[in-house]
This record gives sequence, C-alpha cells and structure tokens, in this order.
Amino acid sequence: MAELISENPAEALASGDVQFRFRDDELVSDPAVTVDAFVGQSNAVAVRIEPGDDARELLPHLDRIALVEVNFPAYTDGRGYSAARILREAGYAGELRAVGDVLIDQLSHMKRCGFDAFAPDAPLNEDDAKAAFDRWPHVYQSAADDRTPIWNLRHER
Amino acid sequence: MYKYDQYDQAMVDARVEEFRDQCRRRMEGHLTEDQFKPLRLMNGLYLQLHAYMLRVAVPYGTLNGQQMDALADIADKYDRGYGHFTTRQNIQYNWIKLEDAGDILADLAKVEMHAIQTSGNCIRNISADHFAGAAADELVDPRPYAELMRQWSSFHPEFTYLPRKFKICVIGADKDRAAMKLHDIGIQIVKNDEGELGAQFYVGGGMGRTPMIAPMIREFVPLDQLITYAEACLRVYNRYGRRDNKYKARIKILVHELGKEEYTRQVEEEFQHMLDQGIEPPFAELERIRPYFADPAFETGLSDDIDRSDPDFALWVDTNTHAHKAPGYVSAVISLKPVGGIPGDATAEQMHLMADLAREYSFDECRVMHTQNIVLPHVKKADLYALWQKLEAAGLGTANLDQIGDIIACPGLDYCSLANARSIPVAQKIAQRFEEKGQSNTLGELKLKISGCINACGHHHAGHIGILGVDKKGKENYQLLLGGSEGEDTSLAKITGPGFDEDGIVDAVEKATEVYLNEKQEGERFLDTYRRVGMAPFKEALYG
Ligand code: HEM
Ligand code: SF4
Repeated sequence: MAELISENPAEALASGDVQFRFRDDELVSDPAVTVDAFVGQSNAVAVRIEPGDDARELLPHLDRIALVEVNFPAYTDGRGYSAARILREAGYAGELRAVGDVLIDQLSHMKRCGFDAFAPDAPLNEDDAKAAFDRWPHVYQSAADDRTPIWNLRHER
Repeated sequence: MYKYDQYDQAMVDARVEEFRDQCRRRMEGHLTEDQFKPLRLMNGLYLQLHAYMLRVAVPYGTLNGQQMDALADIADKYDRGYGHFTTRQNIQYNWIKLEDAGDILADLAKVEMHAIQTSGNCIRNISADHFAGAAADELVDPRPYAELMRQWSSFHPEFTYLPRKFKICVIGADKDRAAMKLHDIGIQIVKNDEGELGAQFYVGGGMGRTPMIAPMIREFVPLDQLITYAEACLRVYNRYGRRDNKYKARIKILVHELGKEEYTRQVEEEFQHMLDQGIEPPFAELERIRPYFADPAFETGLSDDIDRSDPDFALWVDTNTHAHKAPGYVSAVISLKPVGGIPGDATAEQMHLMADLAREYSFDECRVMHTQNIVLPHVKKADLYALWQKLEAAGLGTANLDQIGDIIACPGLDYCSLANARSIPVAQKIAQRFEEKGQSNTLGELKLKISGCINACGHHHAGHIGILGVDKKGKENYQLLLGGSEGEDTSLAKITGPGFDEDGIVDAVEKATEVYLNEKQEGERFLDTYRRVGMAPFKEALYG
C-alpha cells in the first residue's frame, strides 16, 4: 500500500475534501452518483454507497469504476465497513473513499477494511490522525489490507 | 491457563496508549462527549447515577491468583474497597474517576487483563462454562475455542460498529451451565459420527425486553472453519440488522424477522464466499492454544472419601461442590451470596483471600460464574475441610449454591441509570426471609433472578422464579415470573399477574414456594412441579 499522503493542511480543507490518501494515482474528481443511477447508467465512473445499499450490486460493473465513495452519515453506523470489504474481496482496486462522519478513532479500522482515501466532513487534526493510522503494532485477524495477522506471524518460519 | 505472548501484550499495551490519547483529546476539547462516549464504552467505562463504572473483562471467566490480587488492588486503590462480579463473568467497579481510568487499564495490562470491548456495540467478552476443564460430564474444554474467538474478535475492523452489542458463549458439555442459548451466538463443541470435533452454532438468543431462545443454525462446523463461519454470521448481521430502532437492533430480531431458514441461507452463502478469503487462522494456532488449557498435574491414587462429621461442613459439601473428572478432586464454589449481602460483591480482602486459596488449593486458578459466585475448579477432596474453614472465617462459606439464597440480582436503582426499581434490597429481604424460616435446604434447587428493569441484566426471564422491577405511577413495583430456565432445558419464565410492592413481592415468593411444597412429588424441583401443575395453583395462591 502507498504511503500516507496528506492532501492539504487541515486549515486549507473544506468539508468533504479528501484529507488523507494512500494512493499515488490521480485524485478522481468526477461526481459520484447513487448506486441506482450508476447501475442504470453506463458512463459514470464514480459511485456513492449509502449505508442501506447493497455493495454487491456493483460487482458486475467493477471494471468501469474509478472511485467508490462510502458514506458514513453517522460514524456509529458500521455498514460501510462491510461494504468496503465486499468490494475489495471481489477484487476492486480503484479508490475507496470514506466520506461523511469520519473521525480519528475509526481511521485504522477503515483502512483495514480497504479504504484508501478519507474525506471527513470536518477536517481532522493531522498529528492525531497519523498516530491513529499507526496505532496498532499488530493485527489479530485478516481483513482487506495486506497486514499479516498475529496468528500467521506466530506460525511463520 | 492462557498466557500472553509478546503480540498479545503489545496489543493490550497499545490499547492503553490509545485510551490515554482519547482521554487527552477529550480533555483538550477535540472530542465532544458524544464522540467520546462510544470510545470510553469500548473500554468498559459507563457513566452511572453517581460515578463512572468500569467493567473489566475476564475472558471465559478464568483468573489466576495474581490477576485476582490485581482486581483486589484496584478495588482498594481506585474504588471503595470492593468490586461486583457480574452475570457475564466479568467484574465491575462502581466508583471510578475518569482521570484514573488510564492508570487502571495500565495496572490491568501488567497482569494480562483489560477492559477492551466490555461495552459498546461490538463483540463483547466471550463467556464459557465455569466448570470448563474440570466437570466430570464434559466432552472437551471449550476455552481454547473461546480464546481463539477472543483473538479474532479483538479490534475486529469490520464489526466494531454493529447495530447493537454482541455476546458469544462457548460450552463443551451437553449440560449447559452458561445460558448458551440466551446469547447472540451460542456454540457447543460437539463430536460427529466420525469422532471429529466441531462447533454447533445457535444464533439469535437473548434476554432484554424481547427474550428469545437461539435456534440451531448449523449442527456441525468443522473446527478449521470456525472463525470463517462466525465471521459470516456477523457480516449478515452487520449488514442487515436493524438500525432504526435500538430496541429491535439485536441479532435475535433479525433472525426472528427473516426467519431462521432465511437467515441461515444468507449466512451459508456468505460463508461459501468467505471460504476463499483466507480468513481462517492456521490450524496450528488452535494447537498452540490448547496446551495452555491442559489438565494441571493431578495427583493420582487419591481417596474420594470426605470426613462428614462436621454437619455444617457436610451441608456445604452437598450444596457447593461439583463433580470433577479426576478421582479425588471436586470443584468448590465460593458463594458471594451471604444472607443480607449484595449478590456478587466481594471486598478487596475477600478477593486477596480467594487468590491465596486458588494458589494453595486449586492450581492457581479460579473462575467467575455467571451466577456471580467464584469457583475453585480443582480442589483435592482431602483439602476441602481446611478450605471450608478458611472460607467460613472470611464470611465466604455460605452453603446455598443454586438455592433460594443464591440470587442473581442486577445493580438496579441503587446504581443504574436505566433502572425502574431497586434489585439489591429485594434480594436481601428474600434471602433473610428464607433464612429465618430455615427452609433453604428443603426447597432444594431454586434459581431466583431479579432485574431492576426490562433490560434483564439479572436474567429474570431465565429464573425458576424471576422478579422484574417496573415503574407503576412513579412507584417501584415488582412483577413475579415463574418457570424460566437457562440450562439444557432452556425456557422463558411467564408473568403471574399484577405486580407487588417491595414487601408484597417477598410474600409472593414465599407463597409460590408454599404451593411447591404442597404440590411437589418425590424428587421434583420447584421447576419440575411448576412444569407439571402449570400456573393455575400459583395464581390461585397469589391472587385467589
Ligand atoms: C449498571 C449498569 C448497566 C447498564 C446501564 C446496563 C444496560 C443494559 C441494557 C440496556 C441491556 C439490554 C440490551 C438489549 O437488550 O439490547 C442490558 C442487558 C444485559 N446486561 Fe446490562 N446493564 C448494566 C449492568 C449490568 C450488569 C452488572 C450485568 C451483570 C451482572 C449486566 C448483564 C447484562 C445481561 C446478561 C443482559 C441481558 C442479556 C442480553 O440480552 O444480552 N448488565 N444491560
Ligand atoms: S436490568 Fe435494568 S436496572 Fe438492572 S442493571 Fe440492567 S439496565 Fe440497570
């Protein structure tokens, strides 16, 4: 995975701008359409998943998607974590952006579920965010990132 | 017992640092109370009526002496000299200061303990049979599987913001001593016809305002697919569990609304997909964990004789010990239900004593029971008398296991901000009433459980006799329930009729026991008689 790139200093960011990104390709700036609109329309390259949407509806179309935004209207609604993993499990390699109520203490879990771009409603303190991304020295279970779970480290030789 | 390696320790240490950092950001105003609340909850910190409450995890209820000593030290240093053992085999402290919380977590981490995921809408501490690894009737010790699931569920990135809290229980015997079917996921380790071990999955049980017994959704999950199957169960829940209404958000409602068949179909479909995702731990991990739970070095050739010449001791032996798989040994239960005491409370001195006794008599191991008592799992019968004398001297020798005085009671209105009524004084009055009548033994096994509100933390649905505190026009009122059970014959208790005031409920319990004594046939427990004669004679006695 690419290094963390902070797009801009927090002061210069507007609500909803991408603040952190773990990709070195060009930022996709096409407007994201709803899942319904996307499935029924052939030319969009960016789509936004709401918590109630079924991410699997996008699976037949992955090759034409450059950006998936997953919206977290409230950070307590964890459906977006499953949506992200489902896309990565299906081989989606484009940008996966967490948008909405994205806060410091959810960043590391989001990243583990496959998010590689973060566009919080309220820009985050950069040092706190970096500390959060680096919080866990190890991980117990496998997820959508490439970290090796503890139980594999233990039995590796 | 399980021991942390460098990885486990590093994770717990990182969590302490994370929490200290969260507290700092809260105090500096970078986190609002609304944003901070779920974070502190995921570290076991609740704000209650009078103070913060801290819930510490005791994985599968197992503790060594050093850990019990550490719990005592926390009670002394940061609380008022006592702690409360809970129905989920954990311990809670009721008088904690927020600014001490980071230090307490650091003290816990030094003895391989923590408060991780003891609250919040995540996978909670995993519970297990309290006689695991000791009971004569056990197929296998469930704790290696519970430990594997502890690791899997700790900081799970996908399942930290579930619709609601999620409780898992693992047992390894046919006799269910852990209310397994009243959990979000209950797992029984079983053997198939080929003699292989596997996991039987029950999903969608729970208490609360809509009690449900979990249906079995898979008879046999091979052990090398256990984690993948659990992950599939959770993903379906995370995606489709209701989030519009907090009271309908538990997995039991999803399973109920979809129907067991449809829920199972979705899980199986997700499971098939996940089998290719490399989620399952290497089987070697289970093999690494198992030896930690191997039998201690039991002596052989021991006698099974117990000198019963002291009648008080003989009584305690009859009520408070449980058959052990090794000849010459028993499991001994330390009752935290002295007459007039607060069910489940222990003082720091009592905890230190229990730690000493665990070291001296039980291979340095003790267990927290969901009935809020403590077990010394492996005691030599030859040592029982000496053990009992020491317990007696410390007020820990009450002989009432599973009897009417062994009441489960939630904190209720004395501590809890959600309560409608007090639970603790009712428990105390009932225990006193039957103590005065000297009837505890005549009544035999009689499980009485009290909750101070519909949330059912005191398991009232699963009581042979249950008591539910309600609010009646601003006054505390108590409903009586009969016929619940949490064992292999799990059933939900039914309400008898209109409620009672505080003294009235004590009388009502007494009347119910009189009906039992009149109606009972040879060998019947209260529950058996109730199931045979039904509600009518009880109603007649209570309201007739
Ligand atoms: C004093 C603070 C406490 C609060 C605010 C609290 C809150 C709750 C709530 C809201 C529920 C219902 C959840 C639902 O149905 O979705 C619940 C259930 C439960 N709580 Fe508590 N509780 C407290 C203390 C305890 C204690 C001390 C214990 C153990 C002795 C406990 C064990 C349980 C159990 C076993 C259930 C029901 C089983 C289930 O359906 O999960 N709680 N609690
Ligand atoms: S049952 Fe109700 S009163 Fe009792 S602890 Fe739970 S929430 Fe509080």
